[in-house]
Amino acid sequence: MDFVAVLAIEFLGSIAILVLISIGLAVVFGMMKVINMAHGEFLMLGGYVAIYGTNWAGLNFWVSSLVVAPLVVGAVGMGLEWLVVRHLYGRMIDTMLATWGISLALVGAMTMLVGNTTQGLSTPLPSLQIGAYSASGYVLYLIVLAGLVVALLYALFKRTTFGLLARATTQNADMVAALGGNPRRIYASTFGLGAALAGLGGAALAPMTGVIPTIGASYIAKAFITVISGGGAVIAGNLSASVLYGVVSQVFTYLYTPVIGQVALLVAAMVLIRFLPKGITGRFFKRSI
Amino acid sequence: MTMTRRHVLGAFGAAGLSTLASPLLAKTRPITISALYDLSGGLEVYGQPIVDTLKFAVAQQNEKGGLLGREIDLKVYDPQSNMQLYSQFARQAALADAPDVVFAGITSSSREVVRPILRQFNRLYFYANQYEGGVCDRNMFATGVTPGQTVDKLVEYSLRNFGKKVYIVAADYNYGQIVADWVRKYTQQGGGEVLEVEFFPLDVTDFKTSISKIQSARPDYVWSALVGGAHISFYRQWQAAGMHGKIPLSSTTFAGGNEHVVLTPEECNGFMVCQNYLQELATPENARFVEAFHKMYGADYPYITELGMGAYQGFLLWAAAVEKAGSAERMPVIEALETGLSLAAPSGQVTIDPQTHHTIMDVHIARVENGGLIPVQTFAQQAPVDTAVSCNLREHPGDTQQYVVKF
Repeated sequence: MDFVAVLAIEFLGSIAILVLISIGLAVVFGMMKVINMAHGEFLMLGGYVAIYGTNWAGLNFWVSSLVVAPLVVGAVGMGLEWLVVRHLYGRMIDTMLATWGISLALVGAMTMLVGNTTQGLSTPLPSLQIGAYSASGYVLYLIVLAGLVVALLYALFKRTTFGLLARATTQNADMVAALGGNPRRIYASTFGLGAALAGLGGAALAPMTGVIPTIGASYIAKAFITVISGGGAVIAGNLSASVLYGVVSQVFTYLYTPVIGQVALLVAAMVLIRFLPKGITGRFFKRSI
Repeated sequence: MTMTRRHVLGAFGAAGLSTLASPLLAKTRPITISALYDLSGGLEVYGQPIVDTLKFAVAQQNEKGGLLGREIDLKVYDPQSNMQLYSQFARQAALADAPDVVFAGITSSSREVVRPILRQFNRLYFYANQYEGGVCDRNMFATGVTPGQTVDKLVEYSLRNFGKKVYIVAADYNYGQIVADWVRKYTQQGGGEVLEVEFFPLDVTDFKTSISKIQSARPDYVWSALVGGAHISFYRQWQAAGMHGKIPLSSTTFAGGNEHVVLTPEECNGFMVCQNYLQELATPENARFVEAFHKMYGADYPYITELGMGAYQGFLLWAAAVEKAGSAERMPVIEALETGLSLAAPSGQVTIDPQTHHTIMDVHIARVENGGLIPVQTFAQQAPVDTAVSCNLREHPGDTQQYVVKF
């Protein structure tokens, strides 16, 4: 029984991690159809802000990871949107190339600034005793955090004027402009929101894995697979794909090895995209956000 | 041609030359060392200390007037933890630098990429890392420890102090696989039992599942042959899951990449390691070395790792061989090393074993404590017994195989 509880925490933990690394990308891709190749680097930046905020600036870990990291990375995201991305809306391949360039530049810049040694933080929460087993308290925190992020994002899109405008702009930007909205500003803030969510995710994962300028590469594939498989609906798609892949990879990791777990995730993604080319929400939960 | 150019240079550049510390050194072609070590991309935790130590060794030698009156020129390449770049840079170094010796490779995979290339171009090769043993190649000298020197000592110590049941976690490439086999072999010899072996690719950072698998297997201790920056997550998650201190951990890779400095004391105090070199060694040679090293890099230098020392003593042995041979040419240097060259390094006496081209040296079992390694037990002058079983370069100088342990 204890073991089942420990396993359940791990399954939920894997799902939560997938949500945290991909939700920012889902916002940017799902709402704006911008393929943001620099998403992994936004995660990396979030991790560095958390580490330097805590170890160097002496901030409380929770402040630096939950407040400072999203703000800083969100600002960076909006800056890059203004500099580069806004000129390329509607040109999907071009945004991909441009953001890839941004990602290379960010890796280079961070390597120059902080060096290329893996840096880390100690996990800030004690472990959890469940019967004869102990589990990581921090994983439990990640599960709660992912849940909160999803709930708040849902509220933002569903209950606020910004959410309404953002959803309207993705459907018909010209109409929004005709009705007095400002699509330019909405795009900028949506991109900033996606970046801020990436910053939050990266900061939350930093104590688990350590951060190095090239760490984005190890997140980006999973993030894209999750977002593409999820389909058009940002939240429902992201959640359903995260659950599916989290469970698949954990089951195979548990039964066999982590390598097989990764392979299983990729095979599941290939099969899914073959039969649901528009992602899970292209077929199911169509009317959700 | 070179003579005339030299004369012209001498006439026009006398002012320039006189500013050099020793005009004599500048007149001859420098002795060239190419170094290929990952300074980025995940294995940089190992590469950076090695390159620092090599630079220190070269600077120290140049201060003494170089070798054979020639300056030493160190050319460093960063293959970025990428095997393709290893192959590319090894060729580039061998052809463009025309190096007298090459120091290269951290992982066994990178060594196996570089080794045939350097052999093909007749470039003497020093592999300075601890590894799984068994490489038999007259063109290569290994100045790091092998499992026959460390793993057997630490397995025996762990069986005696922790218990008979071990759970192995290892990196998923030739090093991790072969070392896991050695741990299994020594455990069985010592009457112990291997409960499970798990392999992780070098970029895996999520160890949650394995940690609960370890908990349900209830081993007496865990053996870690994890490697690189990503795998540091294991120790962090081990602590986060509350396992640190509940199940002891032994490793011959831990601390090789300064893990004990990167992690906090709460995360790794009490881990047991077995290495050829500890910065804490209380010998006059080591005290002098550490002092000089800190003078160059500052007293706050994180830790001089065993891998750094492997490169340092490799350099010392090579330099001694060059002096003995009176030449930096490949074959005379190999023959000089094959005389059983021996010297006192900061890690203790180091001697080239002519039969295997490996190194006879001291090893120490040590306990991780507050960012340092506290020596617990010392084994003097250990020969590379694992490699010696199958490798005899005196009888088969043309051998180029890597032999692996068989059951």
